[in-house]
Amino acid sequence: MRDARRWWGKHGHLFVFLTPALLIYGLFMAYPLVSSLTYSLYEWDGYVRKGFTGLANFATVLTRWPYQERFWGALSHNALFFVLTFAIQTTLGLFVAVLLARKWRGFAFFQAAYFLPHTLSLVVVGFLWRMLLNPTWGAVAQGLRRVGLDGWVQPWLGQSDSALVTIILVNAWAWLGFPILVYLAAVQAIPREFHEAAVVDGASPWQDFRFVTFPLLLPSIAMVTILTFIWDFNAFELVFVMQGASGSPNYATDLLATFFYRTAFGDPTTGGEPGQIGVAAAIGVLMLVIIGIVSAFGVRFTTRSQTEF
Amino acid sequence: MAASSPASRAFTRVVVYLILGTMAAVFLYPVVLMLLTAFKTTPEIFRNPFGLPASWGLETFANVWRRANFGLYLRNSLLITGASALLLLATAAPAAYALARYTFRLRGALFLFFLAGIMIPIRLGILPLYLLMRDLNLIDSPLALILTYTASGMPMSVFLLSVFFRNLPRELEDAARIDGCTEAQTFWRIMLPLVRPGLATVVIVNVVPWWNDFFFPLLFLTSDTWKTIPLGMQVFFGQHLVDWSLVFSGMTLASLPLLIIYLLMSRQFIAGLTAGAVKG
Repeated sequence: MRDARRWWGKHGHLFVFLTPALLIYGLFMAYPLVSSLTYSLYEWDGYVRKGFTGLANFATVLTRWPYQERFWGALSHNALFFVLTFAIQTTLGLFVAVLLARKWRGFAFFQAAYFLPHTLSLVVVGFLWRMLLNPTWGAVAQGLRRVGLDGWVQPWLGQSDSALVTIILVNAWAWLGFPILVYLAAVQAIPREFHEAAVVDGASPWQDFRFVTFPLLLPSIAMVTILTFIWDFNAFELVFVMQGASGSPNYATDLLATFFYRTAFGDPTTGGEPGQIGVAAAIGVLMLVIIGIVSAFGVRFTTRSQTEF
Repeated sequence: MAASSPASRAFTRVVVYLILGTMAAVFLYPVVLMLLTAFKTTPEIFRNPFGLPASWGLETFANVWRRANFGLYLRNSLLITGASALLLLATAAPAAYALARYTFRLRGALFLFFLAGIMIPIRLGILPLYLLMRDLNLIDSPLALILTYTASGMPMSVFLLSVFFRNLPRELEDAARIDGCTEAQTFWRIMLPLVRPGLATVVIVNVVPWWNDFFFPLLFLTSDTWKTIPLGMQVFFGQHLVDWSLVFSGMTLASLPLLIIYLLMSRQFIAGLTAGAVKG
């Protein structure tokens, strides 16, 4: 009793400070993430857990039709999503950031403009572009027709070979402001003397970028790339809003997250088997493994940059 | 080193402005088009997609407001986002303070526990989370969203705030203790006010994605009562896809709250969001 009181006197405040955060985080984030691993090892009847089945759910996802076809399709779409986004942000995004770093008149306006789409909900972004890209009445098609490029007008979102790339570009429109801002901050953090020294040594602007700016930007590029990867392997909203839960046309824009959503919660448009909790959990675990490996690098990065402060 | 002539420097300047200006147009024009189109009738949109609207009347907005239940969604979004922000600050700040300013045996382990979730999207735990909310009878309750948002914001917020707390000088605490403050009073009266910029960052970083979130409302809310703006609008757009005028007005209404705040304080917005860059 006395011990308990002494413990409380010494540590009570810590208990009070930490418990609410631990409870909420533990119960509503840590527990769901960890237990989703075990969900995949059981057989499920609707939302009721049945017997232990080992890796049977994984076998279903990876080998049984139509799951395996959807899984590998969705995985390749997510991979393309990431690769294209990465390519755009580390070329165009980086280029714009380096130009912006000059801080000329009006550049604050440009910066604010690039980031503006970030304030829009992806629901709005999705519907806005769905309307703009409408091949009959959309602004893009009408604009092309007015300048005589009628041949360029296509049902971009309706054809298998262009729908996914179109979605990725729409996503890039909404997303690119973020990498630009992070790269801009990193470029501006480079001491001016470094560039001056390079110029004194006779470096061309390209050499100054290649041998001074770029190496110093690598940590930021790595960080943004990790974040982009995690985001792109979770992408859901744009496809759901623009192409429906089954990633029309004919699964051409299906992503891991939409595949997971359909398997877990069902989707009337596919006529598949809804409420396959075990199979959905297996898909989720595969996503968690892919993302977990990459985000482990991210955590290492975060902690390392923190010790530098 | 080749000294550049004034003429070539002026040329560079023009090119740089041209590139950046074109980029700005790419990002801005679709949004401007959305705002302009919101004032047009549907036949007018089809006939005249690029010009100014024939009238600047607000009827379509009033129409959307009434038919889409927009006032209700706005209230729900405000309540849910606001309550989540308050709950997150109330829980993350003391936890970050404890981890940053005290030494105790479990400190390292607890800090790692919080940090572990910093990059893992909470969506990946949606199945157990969904069943948990069902068992707690929270489906179709705003609490399901508030708790989920607070939990998902916890790792980043604890991390950010602990950095802020760690940078405060030791003497402050000692002085407070000498003056007879309890640990809780030291935290609440002395230390917490000093990390206000950190609290603001935490709010900005989290509130924008919460406000715009579509995924969790889609799963947790079944009736109209607690629908937030993104979910309510998605349903509304789906029902009125052929009525472009309604959809454009709805998109504009849905975007206006954050757009206005962004125009008023884009600097703080950008600084806050890049500071908390780590959360996905």
